Amino acid sequence: MSDTAKTAFLHGGLLALLFALQFVLPAYHHGNLARIMVLASFAIGFNVMFGYTGLLSLGHALFFAAGMYGMGLSVQILGFSPAPALIAGLIAGLVVAALVGALALRTVGVAFMIVTLMFAQAGYLTVLYFGSYTRGDEGFVIQQAQRMLWGIDLSDPANRYFAAFALFAVCLLTTLALVRSPFGKVLIAIRENEDRARMLGYDVFKYKLAAVIVSGTISAAAGAAYGLLFGYVGATFASVQYSIFPLLWVLLGGAGTVLGPFIGTLFMFYLIDLSSGITTAYMLIAGVVLVLLTLFAPQGLAGELRKRVWRGLP
Amino acid sequence: MTLLSTRGLTKQYAGLHAVEDVDFDLPQGQVRALIGPNGAGKTTFVGMLCGRIAPTRGTVIFDGKDISTLPAHKRIALGMAYTFQITSVFANLGVAENVALAARRRLQGAAVQDAVADALAQVGLGDRIDQTAGDLSYGHQRLLEIAMGLVQKPRLLILDEPTQGLAESEVAAFKTLIRALSDTTTILLIEHNMSVVMETADVITVLNFGRVLAEGAPSDIHADAAVQAAYLGTG
Repeated sequence: MSDTAKTAFLHGGLLALLFALQFVLPAYHHGNLARIMVLASFAIGFNVMFGYTGLLSLGHALFFAAGMYGMGLSVQILGFSPAPALIAGLIAGLVVAALVGALALRTVGVAFMIVTLMFAQAGYLTVLYFGSYTRGDEGFVIQQAQRMLWGIDLSDPANRYFAAFALFAVCLLTTLALVRSPFGKVLIAIRENEDRARMLGYDVFKYKLAAVIVSGTISAAAGAAYGLLFGYVGATFASVQYSIFPLLWVLLGGAGTVLGPFIGTLFMFYLIDLSSGITTAYMLIAGVVLVLLTLFAPQGLAGELRKRVWRGLP
Repeated sequence: MTLLSTRGLTKQYAGLHAVEDVDFDLPQGQVRALIGPNGAGKTTFVGMLCGRIAPTRGTVIFDGKDISTLPAHKRIALGMAYTFQITSVFANLGVAENVALAARRRLQGAAVQDAVADALAQVGLGDRIDQTAGDLSYGHQRLLEIAMGLVQKPRLLILDEPTQGLAESEVAAFKTLIRALSDTTTILLIEHNMSVVMETADVITVLNFGRVLAEGAPSDIHADAAVQAAYLGTG
């Protein structure tokens, strides 16, 4: 089987499986999986920057929140319906990513991590500062009546699952196409050896900025969808916690693999879910598993798959 | 016609003159060797030509255009190619992908694969096309660097110590390659291996302590007393 056929089989297979699962899963797991698919889309966005371009952002909550508040505030204050509100969320994410990218990319390495972290904290504080609009930590609920997309009620579990699936499928296939394109291969080259990529004539800054914008916009799409599908917009989603989550998910699943973000998000979600059923010290179990994975599968789960089974895994 | 020239090109590091007031002219189609003892400023000099190192002062003119302030990637786009002294391939990527990255700036689609196969065949790595670059031996990585330069079909190819670490047979093949290329490409070669220099270069420039010590045909340089004292040895 050729690499292209294997790739189509593997990624198409996952999408077919996720599509089919909605008809058989019990309600609890059905709801979980919808949430996981939206969060995995966030992780996919993070992975474009971290996994493929080698840029470690510690401020991705900013992009997730930009999408979520861009959508939520335009519903709440401007009275938008879901379709234009989602677009407003995407645009908010794109603009914030372009600005943050243009400034933060003047730094490299640890400085870049700190600058992105600081931008995200500034974003979080901005949400709190404009509490009269955002309701700060408390957040606001998006009512069922405001969540009708083209006559489809997104608060209904079946519709919600399908919407989450559609978002995830678009994000997955977009990154798959991206990393197999000449553009994506330049990003990988920058990750591997930035100086060499520059001396092959590539405008490294321009490529990195494009990666930040794509990454930020995908993350914003996830944030906007999360707010709309689960009906709540709050400052927690702009906090540092939501900058660390995608990093953990991507590291666990496999940075620089298309499937890694989903695998990592699924794994982490159920790790916490299952261990909290056993003991109240569930973070201890989660912590131990994370340490073991870091020791024995430092490339992440999909990374190990690439190392041991198929080197061509995109 | 002069393809590349510099005027007063200087690089100071904290008061130390790594390169000082170098006026340099490279006519189109020439193979020029740049030699000199370690620390003479050769790599700093070519670094300033292709934009990796910012000069303290002086100008670089390529094809009649002042490129002194252009960033490296724009100079490469004008038709320069640079191979690194310290091997700098994409170690985790495939041999073919390394060369393809260099080729895709000017080619698209199926033409890339053909150009990659050609360039690898030219340097004798045709049978290594499916390997990972980092798995190649040091000498083969040097050849891969050269293939990445060739595939860009540059107007000026800058090679920084290309034969370092190559086996005798590979050095011989390299000489043949340079002679074949010299019909179509201007080449600037930093090289320590005197047999390569003497057999491939049309003109040799000798740098010593950041200044041009001598310049001329290989036979003249070989006979030059100052060069002998500085570099070639008196034996």
